[in-house]
Amino acid sequence: MAARPRQNLYSAWRTVKDHLATSLAILATLLVVAPLVAIFVYLIYKGASSLNLAFFTQIPKPEGEVGGGMANAIVGSAVVLGVASFFGIPIGIGGGIYLAEFGRGTKLANAIRFTADVLNGVPSIVMGIAAFSLIVVPMHHFSAFAGGVALGIMMIPTVTRTTEEMLLMVPHSVREAALGLGVPNWRSVLSITLKTASPGVITGCMLAFARVAGETAPLLFTALGNQFWSVTLNHEISALPLQIYNYAISPYDDQHRQAWAGSLVLIALIVIAVSLVRFFTSRGTLKGAS
Amino acid sequence: MGVAIEVKALNAWYGATHTLQDIELNIPANHATALIGPSGCGKSTFVRCLNRMHETNPIARVTGTVRIGDLDIYNDISPVEIRRRVGMVFQRPNPFPTMSIYDNVCSGLKLNGYRNRRELDEIVERSLRSAALWDEVKDDLKKKSGASLSGGQQQRMCIARALAVDPEVLLMDEPASALDPVSTSKIEDLIFQLKSQYTIVIVTHNMQQAARVAEKTGFFLNGRLVEFDSTHKIFTNPSDKRTEDYITGRFG
Repeated sequence: MAARPRQNLYSAWRTVKDHLATSLAILATLLVVAPLVAIFVYLIYKGASSLNLAFFTQIPKPEGEVGGGMANAIVGSAVVLGVASFFGIPIGIGGGIYLAEFGRGTKLANAIRFTADVLNGVPSIVMGIAAFSLIVVPMHHFSAFAGGVALGIMMIPTVTRTTEEMLLMVPHSVREAALGLGVPNWRSVLSITLKTASPGVITGCMLAFARVAGETAPLLFTALGNQFWSVTLNHEISALPLQIYNYAISPYDDQHRQAWAGSLVLIALIVIAVSLVRFFTSRGTLKGAS
Repeated sequence: MGVAIEVKALNAWYGATHTLQDIELNIPANHATALIGPSGCGKSTFVRCLNRMHETNPIARVTGTVRIGDLDIYNDISPVEIRRRVGMVFQRPNPFPTMSIYDNVCSGLKLNGYRNRRELDEIVERSLRSAALWDEVKDDLKKKSGASLSGGQQQRMCIARALAVDPEVLLMDEPASALDPVSTSKIEDLIFQLKSQYTIVIVTHNMQQAARVAEKTGFFLNGRLVEFDSTHKIFTNPSDKRTEDYITGRFG
């Protein structure tokens, strides 16, 4: 019976440790979330007041004049990101499929994986220089296409690596089920493994998309920016991050306000784009599907 | 109708491990044949050699001949085609998690480009009826995911999925080992009904199960086929001392 008090002491100490660990975890969460919320609130505070219909329908006014909007930059961002996704997502997913399904353990696969990881860490301005010398210089002019390619290349490593990870998480038994039915391997990879992994793969694509949507540096000497309407791939084009950058460093108060509004719109558009993709891809999900 | 399987001088390896050694055996058509033996004796590898699933593992290798009907499956036909004629049910139910029950059952046909809706409907119903699952799932065929069913239902759905491609042989690798007794007895009833139409090879750890469902039984030990005979003979009067030791529970 002498052991009783000591046991109580142990259990009290355990409770203390438990509460301590929980508190630390909550504190860490708050530390992570706080800056995010702070940025968002400040952005709404500074940006929302400058938002009006003109912001979405008009192109920038000449320097010094008040008013105008970023309609061309919003459309320009959509065009550049469209080009980037058109190249970046298929190539990225294709690379991920190769790494997970066909090249496992080969030297080529290890080389690709290593390259992708290095590419992921390359500063975005370097991507801009690469696209500049590969596309802008031979074409002799800046273009939306060059901007799209620069961003597309940035998307590839993220998409490739997440696709690979997600495919590897699909249980072996599911692959065996497909092969056991007499389904050719390529078909099984596309229709079974990739489909089973698709929620994760889509998340990877969205992450890559959201990341490059806010990139300015690779666009500085590829898409260049444009004060006027342009939707063709062959000309310099405006994009929200470029417009924000130009306005933020300008001497005019009105342009500063517009830069804040542009930042808010950029974040809102990314959130909307990601939510739409999630909505449309989750519509076919069945009851009880894992 | 099922076809007979003739196995000659079959050897299989995983890397340097010689998992199957000189297997010779004739499996009769339209009967159930059980394969028993302790863990790691090669019985699963053996059934995986019958539909060339063994070679999906990059380090696996196989020699010898397996004739199914009049086909030498290692020379006359591609691995993909043979797997359409020799269906397989695995140890754990492995439904395609993103697919409805309906799509799971007809996945083998759909993934091979079969598109006739009316016929698919018929095949799904017939396969689910054969697998004794139709009445339980007919109302939410396209609404529910295959993964939402219970373990026993999932396994019967996997059997329906294997039947839907109309195979001649059905390989079952411990199909009930992950299931509760009620589900197990349902699967056994099913084997009983299916063997008039298919040649069934069932791997099992459960000797009573072998005795209940199979006409013929083979006993594997350390990668060799020790004895192959009628189930009655194996369980009442085995010729080999090792078989007797195993079925009387002296080892394994």
